[in-house]
Amino acid sequence: MERKTKINAEDGKQELVITREFDLPLELLFKAYVEPEIVEQWMGTKVLKLESKKHGSYQFETTDTKGNVVFQANGVIHEFVPNQKITRTFEMENAPFAAQLEFLEFEQLTDDTSKLRMHIVYKSVALRDQMVQMGFAPGLNMAHNRLQDIVSKLK
Amino acid sequence: MNLRRDVFQAIADPTRRAILLLVASQSMTAGAIAANFDTARPTVSKHLQILTECELLDQKQNGREIYYHINAKKMKAIADFIEPFRNMWDDRFNKLETIMQKYKSKK
Repeated sequence: MERKTKINAEDGKQELVITREFDLPLELLFKAYVEPEIVEQWMGTKVLKLESKKHGSYQFETTDTKGNVVFQANGVIHEFVPNQKITRTFEMENAPFAAQLEFLEFEQLTDDTSKLRMHIVYKSVALRDQMVQMGFAPGLNMAHNRLQDIVSKLK
Repeated sequence: MNLRRDVFQAIADPTRRAILLLVASQSMTAGAIAANFDTARPTVSKHLQILTECELLDQKQNGREIYYHINAKKMKAIADFIEPFRNMWDDRFNKLETIMQKYKSKK
């Protein structure tokens, strides 16, 4: 499949920008960020709390098949403008990484297509590089967990 | 992991990036490289040393002269570095797209 997601991470900067165009109307793209049960599906994590409003907060948690918590994250929502933008923090729990600031901008391209621009600011250049380096590891874990789930249901 | 981070620190410096660009087109001696910069020669030497330690540059003896040339493999490793991170987001967003397209047709 064609890789449609672009990442711009300039050398020596403590930020990066992820952009992606979707074959989805703007309202549906935004909904995927607001409805907890939809977020759960594509993020591959349980959503314990998601208050999509200014001064709201959220909590994610992923457990393995034995019920052990393998990933916990939380954040606060600073700005929430439906179909336009979400400004929020993101922090992994029980991990030695400082919180990051995320600016999400949603844009309509046509009636059936839309664009997301996610600007992430980290505490330092080193932390950004480290997060990028580690970025794929939790994803792999989650895929692995899902695989385990499917396999255990086959038994 | 430390080595990788050193590489990123190495290319974070604008002078070192300029050196890499310069040497990318042809291998050069330290003197020829330094001639392209206003910076003092020892400063350029220090930059060359860092780039060599990070294996972004290779040294090759040619008669009396030492030529610096680019380590293409290492440079490519930097370009590939972001790939797994991008793939992770791409997978997530592909999933989001599929879920929401189904959601749309259900309505």
